[in-house]
Amino acid sequence: MNTSVVENATASGSASETDSGMRDLRLLRIIRKQRIQDFIFHKITLSFSLIVLVSLVGILISLAIVAWPALHKFGVGFIWRVEWDIINEEFGAAIAIFGTLSSATIAILIAMPLSFGIALFLTETCPAWLRRPLGTAIELLAAVPSIIYGMFGLFVFAPLFAEYGQPALQSTLGQMPLIGPMFGGATNGIGILAAGLILAFMILPFIAAVMRDVFEIVPPILRESAYGIGCTTWEVVRHIVLPYTQQGVIGGVMLGLGRALGETMAVTFVIGNSQRISASLFSPGTSIASTLANEFGEADDFHLATLFALGLLLFVITFVVLACAKILIIRTERAKGLKT
Amino acid sequence: MDKNLYRRRLLTNRIGIALSMMAMVLGLFVLLWILFVLFKNGFQALDWNLFFKSTPAPGSEGGGLANAIVGSLMMVGFATLVSTPIGILAGIYLAEFGDTSKTAEITRFMTDIMLSAPSIVLGLFVYAILVAQVKHFSGWAGTLALALIAIPVVLRTTENMLRLVPGSLREAAFALGAPRWKVTTQVTLRAAKSGVVTGVLLALARISGETAPLLFTALNNQFFTLNMNGPMSNLPVVIFQFAMSPYDNWVRLAWGGALLITLTVLVLNILARVFFREKVSA
Repeated sequence: MNTSVVENATASGSASETDSGMRDLRLLRIIRKQRIQDFIFHKITLSFSLIVLVSLVGILISLAIVAWPALHKFGVGFIWRVEWDIINEEFGAAIAIFGTLSSATIAILIAMPLSFGIALFLTETCPAWLRRPLGTAIELLAAVPSIIYGMFGLFVFAPLFAEYGQPALQSTLGQMPLIGPMFGGATNGIGILAAGLILAFMILPFIAAVMRDVFEIVPPILRESAYGIGCTTWEVVRHIVLPYTQQGVIGGVMLGLGRALGETMAVTFVIGNSQRISASLFSPGTSIASTLANEFGEADDFHLATLFALGLLLFVITFVVLACAKILIIRTERAKGLKT
Repeated sequence: MDKNLYRRRLLTNRIGIALSMMAMVLGLFVLLWILFVLFKNGFQALDWNLFFKSTPAPGSEGGGLANAIVGSLMMVGFATLVSTPIGILAGIYLAEFGDTSKTAEITRFMTDIMLSAPSIVLGLFVYAILVAQVKHFSGWAGTLALALIAIPVVLRTTENMLRLVPGSLREAAFALGAPRWKVTTQVTLRAAKSGVVTGVLLALARISGETAPLLFTALNNQFFTLNMNGPMSNLPVVIFQFAMSPYDNWVRLAWGGALLITLTVLVLNILARVFFREKVSA
């Protein structure tokens, strides 16, 4: 809307320019000067906004260049190779990918229902005067640096989890067929499950914030009509709000997934950092980001190239996930624009 | 009327609401728990030595975080100085010129992705283009990595805040014959000032706690230094190394540092909110 007005303004400006330009040379000169200034201003701001694009492309290219020796040696097979032998320089990304995906999946499975509950509470049942402070509190949870989550996980959560959480899980879910082995093994607190749990609370505020925002764009008239025919709050959310905002909700979850996949510090502290794959979620593992953080300092040439290949892989995975998330959220917001 | 159906619907509703409240309580509980643990452990480490002594050598007693605090302040400060003008100018482009152009649409999309992209990858990037070229870690490399993280935050907030400025304000300025750059810098940007400050504060908060990118760029330095051209100590990396260490005084210092950063980040966030509220009410 703004641009059309602005364009009109410039259009009328240029019309009067020809008029007055004949008569008053001075005015013409001012207008011409302003034109040039505006042109320069436009191009300067444009070039700065291109910095983001350039750095994105730069990341891809520079990572690929440094990673080239590793990519060249292992090819696409790098992704599913299970070895990680630093001495013999035999590397594969499978272990790190497994750790990354499994901890992020656990995080999403826990964070999704929780953040849905929080968003539901904040938009539907929360008294108006509590809405802002509670919303702020959840947003502050998002502001806590990830290294704090890591320390909290290692020093506070892991010991408690080893003493109470893991034995409890072992005696219940661990006794079940099929999923039993996932909860077997030593209960020392740290491991893939612990990393997933810590990640869940890290990404929860991000997902909750997106869900709350898309819940709020549901036209009041839809909601009120449903209440009007006697729906309960739960039914309104389940049958009106959720279907209406479906894509945005999925987008929010994927945004959280993107965060969880790339998180370094919170995971490094609690995942255990061991290069192996085990059926048990209690056993230590590693993620792409935590491998990078742990091994970068001691890496020499070829090892370093492999780590860069891991980094490139992580960037591509998160890029795809985040791009899908963004597209879904944009679509929801567009739909709102069309329907109101 | 079917009484059972009615009762079942009511019950489902009650359970749903109760579960959502429990989720809220759990979220708040975790926040308070983390803060409680931080304060409990952090205040034990808080004393004057923390601010005036440098990080101790392995096995030695005492010590503080002076070098890390100064290093963090310098890197975060320079990163903010670099990223603020870039972010604001780029935000101006997206808000004022970017409604019709395809470039702007792509930039906006990519910025949103960069906002959530793993920061560790940005560290690798800066390592590849700067540290690997000059062959040593440096405070400047850390600054660059932090600036790259901050730019998208400043950019998006600036854009959103400029969009909140009513069109009539711009039109009034245009009607007076003001050129576009003047309208933008003297009218629109001024009207959105507190919103832009919000963005800068949020970016500050975001980069104050970043650890992963600094591991590959600024690394760490046991000694006090103001030389940005060499490896530089900083709070997040010190916390990372000290928390994982076997020495008691190191772990204690790590908690002290953790309390410092968290307080900084939370205060910055709350400040940002205050600024934003001023903007909305004004």
